Amino acid sequence: MANQNAPSATATATAVQADAEYLMRDTTSHAPASCTAYKTSILRSPRLAPISLQNSLSEVTAPVFRADELGPLDHDLILNARAEGALAGLPVGERIVVHGYVHDQLGRPVKNALVEVWQANASGRYRHKKDQYIGALDPNFVGCGRMLTDDNGYYFFRTIRPGPYPWRNRVNDWRPAHIHFALSGSGWVQRLITQMYFEGDPLIATCPIVQTIPSEDQIRGLIALQDRSAFVQLDSRAYRFDIVLRGQRATLFENAVNGALL
Amino acid sequence: MTHAMNQQQLQPLMRETASQTAGPYVHIGLAPLQTGLNVFANNFGNVLTKAQTQGQRIRIEGRVFDGIGTVLKDVLIESWQANAQGKYAHPADQQPGKTVDANFRGWGRSCTDFDTGVYTIDTIKPGLVAGRHGRFMAPHISLWIVARGINMGLNTRLYFSDEAEANGKDAVLNLIEWEARRQTLVAQRHDVDGAVVYRFDIRLQGEGETVFFDI
Repeated sequence: MANQNAPSATATATAVQADAEYLMRDTTSHAPASCTAYKTSILRSPRLAPISLQNSLSEVTAPVFRADELGPLDHDLILNARAEGALAGLPVGERIVVHGYVHDQLGRPVKNALVEVWQANASGRYRHKKDQYIGALDPNFVGCGRMLTDDNGYYFFRTIRPGPYPWRNRVNDWRPAHIHFALSGSGWVQRLITQMYFEGDPLIATCPIVQTIPSEDQIRGLIALQDRSAFVQLDSRAYRFDIVLRGQRATLFENAVNGALL
Repeated sequence: MTHAMNQQQLQPLMRETASQTAGPYVHIGLAPLQTGLNVFANNFGNVLTKAQTQGQRIRIEGRVFDGIGTVLKDVLIESWQANAQGKYAHPADQQPGKTVDANFRGWGRSCTDFDTGVYTIDTIKPGLVAGRHGRFMAPHISLWIVARGINMGLNTRLYFSDEAEANGKDAVLNLIEWEARRQTLVAQRHDVDGAVVYRFDIRLQGEGETVFFDI
């Protein structure tokens, strides 16, 4: 874990603490809260400016997860929700592996990060009470998984490539095929939810949710590339999706986040 | 060491991956039991206490409203707090003289009910945590709110109505220059059949808009 360099509570003010606090969030990297084209955001977005906080212990800490909290198939969406009895089988659709690295903004691996994913099935249908789309449910697929990154920040999971689907925004709006990701890193400020898209999908350019992001570079960062080097021979294709979380900055001459009275 | 770290800082920073909405089906991934999906043997949820957990049992409950006062029924809220001694279960918390409670992680995940819109968190009241530069912080719980229509998770803090004196000295509450808005972060205590319940409603927009933090 990241505390190997953490100083004792009695560290002096001249100590360099490499992992104490986080870089300020660059809000230009993200969508504004309210986006006209994404209609639901209009009434669910604060109108008043957020209050900016310097990090305290409440922001630099976060839950620590253990491998034994996760089951052996939690990262295998092809096998983790198979039906029982006559319907039992493999889910319908294209078998894929998704993998990549979670780094912080300074390029350091984010170890032991919890990565949680969810998605529609190959028909573009979610297994959810609120999804009424006509696309067929698959008795052998739910579409949720989770895993922890290793010491290199690496994660991987296996799934079925999700389908695109229409949604009630404008009547002909379609979501590009996507997988939702939730990341929990080593600090509360690193908490992030995002969506991964697939290289070459023509729906990306017209999706009101994708286009909430005011930067072509930032959108490109959400598009996974087909990664032939990770194909499973005669079995699955692979996609590579790397994620960047907030960076931990060195605090020079200022070492009081841990509550020391200086 | 200082030289090496300066070198590192001179490299161009990577940009944080862009946030996207959690969408309406967030439950599938983060709270599958909420929508009837029993995939994981171990599910993360809104009961933070075990029988052996130290501290005063409390329940947080409330609702989330949009800009015209509609109760939202598709919101997911995560909570993060210190234990009864005011210690976070995390290696960065080096406060002297405090110990981690092996029976309390301090992290929870709660969804607003599909029918009523009410969320609940069963936890303990956190102790005092030292603030930045030794500044005072009143007992509080950090909350992170995601839902369809929220492009980036909203951060706020919950404080306690029966800690008025401590709240008055809190370094974060006192950063909010509009004093009336500080009250949006104070959960109101109600004693219900011997149980301590704090009501904390969240208003995303409009009259009484909750204070959110850029953390």
